[in-house]
Amino acid sequence: MIGICSYAGYLPRYRLNRMNIFSAMGWLNPAILMNAAGEKAVANYDEDSITMAVSAGQRCLAGFNPSDIEALYFATTTAPFKERQNANLVAGALAIGEEIRTADFCSSIKSGTSALLSALEFVGTGSGTKALACAADNRLGRVGSVQEMVFGDGGAAILVGNENVIAKYLGSYSKSCDFVDHLRGANSKYDRQWEERWIRDEGYDKLIPAAVEGICKKYNLQLSDIAKVIYPCYYGGARKNINRKLGLDFNQVQDDLMMDSGDTGSAHPLLMLAKALESASPGDKLLLVGYGSGFDALLFEVTDAITDFTDRVRVSDSVRNQIELENFYKYLAWREMLPVEVGMRGEEERLTRWSLVWRSRKAILSLTGTKCLECGTQQYPPQRVCVNPDCGAVDHMVDVTMSEKGGKIVSFTSDMLAATINPPAIYGNIDFEGGGRLMMDFTDCALDDLQVGNSVSFVFRIKYIDPKRDTTFYFWKAVPSGEVN
Amino acid sequence: MASGIRDKVVVLGMGCSVFGERWQDDSSDLLIEAFTECIEDAGLEKKDIEAAWIGNHIDEISIGKGGCYLANALHLPFIPVTRVENFCASGTEAFRGACYAVASGAYDIVLAAGVEKLKDIGYGGLPDSPIFGQLARLVSPNATAPGMFAQLATAYEKRHSIPMDKIKKAITHISWKSHQNGVKNPKAHLRKEISESQICDSPFVAYPLGLFDCCGVSDGSAMAIVTTPEIAAKLKPNQDLVKVKALQISVSSGEELSYNRWDGSGLMTTRHAAKKAYEEAGINNPREEIGMIEVHDCFSITEMVTMEDLMISPPGQAPDDILNGFYDLDGQVACQPDGGLKCFGHPIGASGLRMLYEIYNQLLRRWPEDRLVKNPKMGLTHNLGGVPSQNVCSISILGLE
Repeated sequence: MIGICSYAGYLPRYRLNRMNIFSAMGWLNPAILMNAAGEKAVANYDEDSITMAVSAGQRCLAGFNPSDIEALYFATTTAPFKERQNANLVAGALAIGEEIRTADFCSSIKSGTSALLSALEFVGTGSGTKALACAADNRLGRVGSVQEMVFGDGGAAILVGNENVIAKYLGSYSKSCDFVDHLRGANSKYDRQWEERWIRDEGYDKLIPAAVEGICKKYNLQLSDIAKVIYPCYYGGARKNINRKLGLDFNQVQDDLMMDSGDTGSAHPLLMLAKALESASPGDKLLLVGYGSGFDALLFEVTDAITDFTDRVRVSDSVRNQIELENFYKYLAWREMLPVEVGMRGEEERLTRWSLVWRSRKAILSLTGTKCLECGTQQYPPQRVCVNPDCGAVDHMVDVTMSEKGGKIVSFTSDMLAATINPPAIYGNIDFEGGGRLMMDFTDCALDDLQVGNSVSFVFRIKYIDPKRDTTFYFWKAVPSGEVN
Repeated sequence: MASGIRDKVVVLGMGCSVFGERWQDDSSDLLIEAFTECIEDAGLEKKDIEAAWIGNHIDEISIGKGGCYLANALHLPFIPVTRVENFCASGTEAFRGACYAVASGAYDIVLAAGVEKLKDIGYGGLPDSPIFGQLARLVSPNATAPGMFAQLATAYEKRHSIPMDKIKKAITHISWKSHQNGVKNPKAHLRKEISESQICDSPFVAYPLGLFDCCGVSDGSAMAIVTTPEIAAKLKPNQDLVKVKALQISVSSGEELSYNRWDGSGLMTTRHAAKKAYEEAGINNPREEIGMIEVHDCFSITEMVTMEDLMISPPGQAPDDILNGFYDLDGQVACQPDGGLKCFGHPIGASGLRMLYEIYNQLLRRWPEDRLVKNPKMGLTHNLGGVPSQNVCSISILGLE
């Protein structure tokens, strides 16, 4: 049986209340009041599509062995790199190993479902037993635009395999065409869209029903056979119209998370699928549609295995675990939409030395250290000479990945002098569970959240951006979990 | 069996520039200022100097690499000149090189110089540079010196269960005491008396350190000329001679950085260097035998934990000793009698020699009455370069014959 083995969604910690945007920008474009209900999820200053895909991937792979995965597909329309495969950074951070197939799925927001389909087909054709589809987006609309209101940031990951399947893959139906509602040129930062009536009436209103009806027809199913229809469409009125046209019950349609996160682009159908799976029952048929430049429709049937698939971070946890980003200017500064002064300290040279990065890739990407085979001491960064002063063995080490181990705070501070777009810089010394330590940046927290001895977990984040060379560099940071030990 | 250099080297002369924002002056101007005083104090001429060492940390901002800058600035005539760099211990490293040259018998008269021109950086604090190498830059936090040293406080709070309020009171007293001393020193950069509430209420730089818990950023130079006891006795008959009693360096092994034993509440290197220095100087009870100390108060919290790392205050007792005035100018062990890094600022390569300059002049009773330490006995200098988890510590002890 081929199908879904695990799933996860990820929303960044910050929410921007849409009325806050309207208060700031309504003077320019009063019509955005129409979209001003609810909140949008906003990536932290150190998050982008790669880091959000990794966060979703970490949650998705909890309880699985990353080295069992044989393909990783990454879908996004906001890839940090045009050349340098983005999927390799996601795979590296997830410690999946290097003997795998990777690919980036880009340039349409249906790329999320396309990546999922390719993962299913990878396993389906016997190329491997497990494949991970990750998707994340952080699309930008110009300040005061409708897109700024409706787009949100987030990620999702779906693990596909041929064992312990919780939702069996039944089939797909796709349409691809150069239907342009939104577009972004290769050098554009902001989304551009055609008239809203066009997007709504000729886009969603025609393509979604075509997808739903098309796949049902292809597999001889009635809509009444489907427990949940999952499709993105950020126009509330259009959603009602589509549901009415298709004759769908309220309970048969998956909530689109627009009030909680906004439309997360390529990740959105997978995020909605993850949410749907959280409350799905064995036997449920799920119909998933990815929209953009046509559509992908996929059919799944939930298996008995889902009843045992519990104790995980859920999308609803991500929806709940949030903090309001009250300052609209902060959002603009984080997204480099407002030139801000971070001081000359922030202008220092940030040349990334790629030969060094290659030599140290495991230490950097998957937070891999070493463990001494003589005395058992874990250490980071990887050492050849054991750091234990009573041991000192040379070249008798095995690799050990620290990213999923968690740790404890040894010391910490909050630094107003360090150059950052999000002062104060919070950092401290961390002891890894099982040994080893590292002075690390903290993120997603405030000074008051920290205490010596508290537990932390690790997240993959942007370490620095080198604007001169248009390069983003990533490393791990600590997030306090709040438990005192 | 090596016996160290105790009593094998005499400080013949010293010089120190005015420290401060020397906007009009190059490193060479600062060096010439210190050298003029130093050579006069030694009673020698430039041609008598056989070798020189120069300590300097941030070469890219000031003097560049190698020994040429010092040789050019003073036009030293084709003698060996070596630039040394070992973080904030760079000045003491230059002194160590000079002392070893004399003690080994390689040279008779040697110059140790230190200089740093920080006020060409262009922004506050030290420059953001990959001081621990390129890999460390990729995996270490976006940190500054105050942030790294501030963590001593959170770890100390945990280790000794001493509330942060009390730690804050103690470190406030440290900065207050240094300003009390520095205000009287014409060579200090910051010469203002400030109240304890001004210090305590200053804006946070890095929790729990406020602005007045941090030393200044200054330009400066200091120098020493060293020789053998025999030559010194001939050159300065019937005068007090200041001898080197101990000179030790300890460098982090990576244990603090990567092993889980160190708790972050003090400096392992200071303890190692102090132990060796006391042995070399023949000191059994530093609390009783040392009369004055110039320690590396880059931040007030560093000074606080150093009182315990030097084994002068027992573990957990530094805050009480500090608040009881034990380290005030009229206390039992005067700490920073010249005002410390707090008032001099920290032109890195010069600081170690500036501290020696203070101890040297105190021992020779050259200062006005209101600046003199009551009972100088032996004096100790202490530098700490890098960050608490990865650093170089130097300790020197000077004493009269």
